[in-house]
Amino acid sequence: MSTATEQPTYNYKVVRQFAIMTVVWGIVGMAVGVLIAAQLVWPALNFDTSWLSFGRLRPLHTNAVIFAFGGSALFATSYYVVQRTCQVRLFSDALASFTFWGWQLIIVLAAITLPLGLTSGKEYAELEWPIDILIAVVWVAYAINFLGTVKIRKTSHIYVANWFYAAFIITVAILHIVNSAALPVSMTKSYSAYAGAIDAMAQWWYGHNAVGFFLTAGFLGMMYYFVPKQADRPVYSYRLSIVHFWALICTYMWAGPHHLHYTALPDWTQSLGMVMSLILLAPSWGGMINGMMTLSGAWHKLRNDPILRFLVVSLSFYGMSTFEGPMMAIKTVNALSHYTDWTIGHVHAGALGWVAMISIGATYHLIPKVFDKEQMHSVALINVHFWLATIGTVLYIASMWVNGILQGLMWRAVNADGTLTYSFVEALEASHPGFFVRWLGGAFWVIGMLLMAYNVWMTVRSAEAKPVAQTA
Amino acid sequence: MTSFWSAWISVITLAVIFGCWWALFANRTAAPKGEAKTMGHSFDGIEEYDNPMPRWWFIMFIVTIIFSLVYLALYPGLGTFKGFLGWTSDNQWEAEIKYADEHYAPIFEQYAKIPAEKLAADPEAMKVGQRLFANNCALCHGSDGRGAYGFPNLTDTDWLYGGSTDMIKHTIINGRNGQMPAWGEVLGDEGVKQMVQYVLSLSGQETDAAAAKTGSATFAAMCSACHGADGKGNPMLGAPNLADNTWLYLNPEWGVAKSVEQSIRAGRNGNMPAQERYIGEDKVHLVAAYVYSLSQGK
Repeated sequence: MSTATEQPTYNYKVVRQFAIMTVVWGIVGMAVGVLIAAQLVWPALNFDTSWLSFGRLRPLHTNAVIFAFGGSALFATSYYVVQRTCQVRLFSDALASFTFWGWQLIIVLAAITLPLGLTSGKEYAELEWPIDILIAVVWVAYAINFLGTVKIRKTSHIYVANWFYAAFIITVAILHIVNSAALPVSMTKSYSAYAGAIDAMAQWWYGHNAVGFFLTAGFLGMMYYFVPKQADRPVYSYRLSIVHFWALICTYMWAGPHHLHYTALPDWTQSLGMVMSLILLAPSWGGMINGMMTLSGAWHKLRNDPILRFLVVSLSFYGMSTFEGPMMAIKTVNALSHYTDWTIGHVHAGALGWVAMISIGATYHLIPKVFDKEQMHSVALINVHFWLATIGTVLYIASMWVNGILQGLMWRAVNADGTLTYSFVEALEASHPGFFVRWLGGAFWVIGMLLMAYNVWMTVRSAEAKPVAQTA
Repeated sequence: MTSFWSAWISVITLAVIFGCWWALFANRTAAPKGEAKTMGHSFDGIEEYDNPMPRWWFIMFIVTIIFSLVYLALYPGLGTFKGFLGWTSDNQWEAEIKYADEHYAPIFEQYAKIPAEKLAADPEAMKVGQRLFANNCALCHGSDGRGAYGFPNLTDTDWLYGGSTDMIKHTIINGRNGQMPAWGEVLGDEGVKQMVQYVLSLSGQETDAAAAKTGSATFAAMCSACHGADGKGNPMLGAPNLADNTWLYLNPEWGVAKSVEQSIRAGRNGNMPAQERYIGEDKVHLVAAYVYSLSQGK
């Protein structure tokens, strides 16, 4: 094989496995999302079946897209990037294989237990304690393997992408273990180790850092490799990457309380959550700027490279949602936006626009490399996928903005006599058109992912290998 | 919060904020003249320029830091330090409640002086009453007041606790707890079935006459204390009238017979929460008038 002659030392097997599963879990997770979006438009789609009901499937959707789809993308790219930028094979092939099969087992267990209603009730941390322990074990194996590879690197410095991947891996281990601490009462039931407002704070310390470290730091690691690589340009500013890295990881830690504004959380905690969220704007934008400015002198490449388009548009959505986040963390804005669809829109601006689009761009970049092909089967199909994803995201977030502001205003509207102008159900009824548009946006996304699966399948099975002349 | 934890919070908060400040200034550099230099190392072919941080970004970062420091000086945040404005969420809440009381209470005080029967005929008052109902009652009783499985219909003339305005007001102020004990174990399977037949016969439905007759003796012994010898109920106890064809616990998927059977076998425990502490007596008065109006002319 030509790969063998080109890079005899790299473990591409685990990258291939995770890359394929990224596409598979992307389709599954997003399809479940589209189903529950449809249930909000047409409630009959619950089919009066407990395990098909919104409450059971919603955590399945979030777990599948964040941890199965996003997680597989992070595993695939981090294993790929750390080997190539450290110029060394993974620390341990056995651990790599263990993390792949362990992670897939966790996903399957989640897909079984969540529809059965087995949940710890903590958002994005719903899985019960035996699965939590399994996650901790697999994650520690991942940390050892990743950091071990960095340790045995053949380069003098550690590349910036690996700082972000390492921060993501270490912090997620801490977040998961602390927040999932619980007292088991049976194999399928446990109670949180924390009580009351402290439990809520532990949960949102975890919850917001799942966003900050899993969905941001990890994917910034991805960005720092695939954007300069695909654009074939040097990274814009090393200084900027130092400052925004340290500022990002130090301030994200504090932002959790903005999920608990106007609750029983003490006032001082809410204030700290708000100001740290505001400070977070600049460190977040540092990543966007460094990615965008890397393209200076290479903007023309966007014209005929849909992979680069995925990467650059993901940075735009990243910039947009990290502006929106600090704004929504301001208490007076939060008083309007909290508990409305605006929050859902904000999350999806990040999850679809940033996380999914950069993962897809990165996957299109590395699939031909690790399967030893010259390029993807069809560049035209990547372009179609790009437009489906972009339009789908815009439909999704625009409809949720409208719904969110509509709901926020209707809930707070007061008559001259001090009574509420609208009952809850009136605001729900007014949200119905937005629910439909959101479902439509989601459907665009799933269609795009199906095209990707076809494209990946055709690429992988094509007999034509990369011409040896180019790799020599 | 002890002074140790207060200091702990303040120190690490300020350390993070000033740490950002320091990192910004420590990494400043002048813009390169001509082509930017790279850092001199390459990772899988990727190089890094030594460009300065963009000026506008640098300034934006500083502005957010200054804003945060000012905010933490004005509002509670640094441990037990209360902030110079003296703001707390409690006093904000109190101020809003005070505002509401000053602005809205007089409206309801006026209504409270008018007898509820008279208010029920006042369209303006009933508009306000309807809004209160929609905000506070509709979740269980439905936006049209027709109730649902387990939640009484307020638009008919069948009242569990009596339909006078005073009684309705009493119900809303204090809430109600309508308990019926479970009879399944006492009566046994057969006994429950016979009782169902008898109860259905009270409202003139087709029943198994023999079973109903056996049930009737048990009814006299065990049920009549609350539901009355004729099964017409007792508003003093909130015991429903079984002789009409109105069923509080009619599960739409089960039909009457099975629903009644469930009530007898497992008992019922209906709970309407007391509303006075949520909306105050003056508003209750208006809601009572509205609820009263729903069944007028029927």
